[in-house]
Amino acid sequence: MTEIAESEVRVSRAMKRPAILAGLGALLAATFILSLVTGAVPVSVGDVLRSLFGFEVDGQTAAVIQMIRLPRALLAVVVGGALAGAGAAFQGLFRNPLADPSLIGVSSGAAFGAVFVIVFGGLVAAAIPAFASPFLLPFFAFAGGIGATFAIQGLAQSRGQAATATLLLAGIAINALTWALTGVTIYVANDAQIRDFTFWSMGSLASGGWQALWLATVPIALALGVILTRARALDAMLLGEREALHLGVPVHRLKHIIMIAAALAVSSAVAVSGVISFVGIVVPHVVRMLAGPDHRIVLPGSILAGATLLLAADSFARIVVAPAELPIGLVTAAIGSPFFLWLLMNRKRSL
Amino acid sequence: MIEARDITVLAGRKHLLDGAGARVVPGHVTALIGPNGAGKSTLISVLAGERRPDAGTLLLEGAPLATYPGRALAQRRAVLLQDSALDFAFTAEEVVELGRLPFSGTPEQMDDEAAIAAACGLAGIGAFRHRSYQTLSGGEKQRVQFARSIAQIWRRPGKSQSLPRYLLLDEPTSALDLRHQRMVLDIARRLAGDGVGVLAAIHDLNLAIAYADDVILLREGRVLASGPVDEVMTSAGLGACFEVEVEILTRENGSRAVLV
Repeated sequence: MTEIAESEVRVSRAMKRPAILAGLGALLAATFILSLVTGAVPVSVGDVLRSLFGFEVDGQTAAVIQMIRLPRALLAVVVGGALAGAGAAFQGLFRNPLADPSLIGVSSGAAFGAVFVIVFGGLVAAAIPAFASPFLLPFFAFAGGIGATFAIQGLAQSRGQAATATLLLAGIAINALTWALTGVTIYVANDAQIRDFTFWSMGSLASGGWQALWLATVPIALALGVILTRARALDAMLLGEREALHLGVPVHRLKHIIMIAAALAVSSAVAVSGVISFVGIVVPHVVRMLAGPDHRIVLPGSILAGATLLLAADSFARIVVAPAELPIGLVTAAIGSPFFLWLLMNRKRSL
Repeated sequence: MIEARDITVLAGRKHLLDGAGARVVPGHVTALIGPNGAGKSTLISVLAGERRPDAGTLLLEGAPLATYPGRALAQRRAVLLQDSALDFAFTAEEVVELGRLPFSGTPEQMDDEAAIAAACGLAGIGAFRHRSYQTLSGGEKQRVQFARSIAQIWRRPGKSQSLPRYLLLDEPTSALDLRHQRMVLDIARRLAGDGVGVLAAIHDLNLAIAYADDVILLREGRVLASGPVDEVMTSAGLGACFEVEVEILTRENGSRAVLV
């Protein structure tokens, strides 16, 4: 009797995978439509669908959808997918459900890049052509995030191997250093610059437009594509680094690949949207609770669910104090922190 | 055969292994015994191709082991470590399934299900194969990991041309009760009967004397003696290795026991 029940559980867990992914995909599609409908100018679901599929809608509605809401919604999808997908990969790599790419300096490095441009950007902007100046902040944030990651990886190398503990300690040191540099830059900044940086650090998808979307999408798609091909290797890593090695996983190469891909995805996301916290931890955890720790579902599931969460959070951020909008980082943190605490309490109990 | 000769492994200035050697022979169970800190685990990690020795020769079927890609190595030798921590809620069976990872995308992938079923059956974990690994007891976890290593080297019976396989066990019985200690070593014997070369670090001398064909006696990174169990597991040899007085008893049925 129990034998039958158990085998049903097993069958359903393996069989559930496509169903769960399909469900998450449908949820994402519905949230996507909803976010296009949501906003200051009323737009009907019919208008949204007609506009998306190339049918005639009146000029103003078309402009609102095509020029404002659509790129912004797509940006939410790309950024949410990047944060959650990179987070899931990172947690697998470090065998810790609470790991986050900020451990290897992505966020602090990007923040330093951003504050540098906000405060000293005027000096640099004079030296570059005008069309490039909107890209200055994303570029520096991206470079800061990637730069910090490489610095930490380089420091933690010894004889071609990076011990995880050394890596995390180097991460702590570099994080402290970049936050200090950020602090010094803020110290010399004026009030308006400090305000700009504060808002950047709370995240927003408003910078938007199609340009920001393309800028982020190309590296993120590349990085997530690479991460998705490493699902089984990450499963083996969950058993332990030595165990993975004995199963033929090239552990050191895997570490490099995942760290660089995750840093690429998160730096690109942070570059266009600022700091959006907790998506990378909360989303993979929920997917794991739903479907188990197998990365063949955790990675794609997290990407879909992260996109959905960020779309929903952005819609909420746009309407809750309309016509103004909340920084999206505040919304995700407001949802994320209580959930995170609940997670910690639960873990404590299970230990 | 996996053959290690004159292996030296250094940790700083300390010699973890100092000119040690070992052979893992297909069809044989070799017991690796010695006091704590003798270098048993280090020797196993060298034989597994995981740890590069600072000096010495390491061969698999006569070719330098370092020339084998990790995946090719994983297709023919499995390793069971002393303790494996797993913080994620895989089921026991999903852990065993990971033993088949080296075969993904190869023709042998066809045998995955049979291998998993056989390994779960052998290791006696059928009753809890669908339970979360985290909820299992220490001994149950060890048996699940054992099943994973069996799944890795399992071959469909009758595959005559298949390459020799090896199973390296680092204290496979440490968390097990008496019955399961015997069970694990019974399985090791059976696998050896199918042509697998087994090397096991074992603390319990009585298990070693009962199950091993060959014995390697290790102390302070050096091999004191190695060879057939009768020649190596003598009261003199064991006494020198463990610095305790040891007596070997032979019962009427021919089985032997170590009396300390």
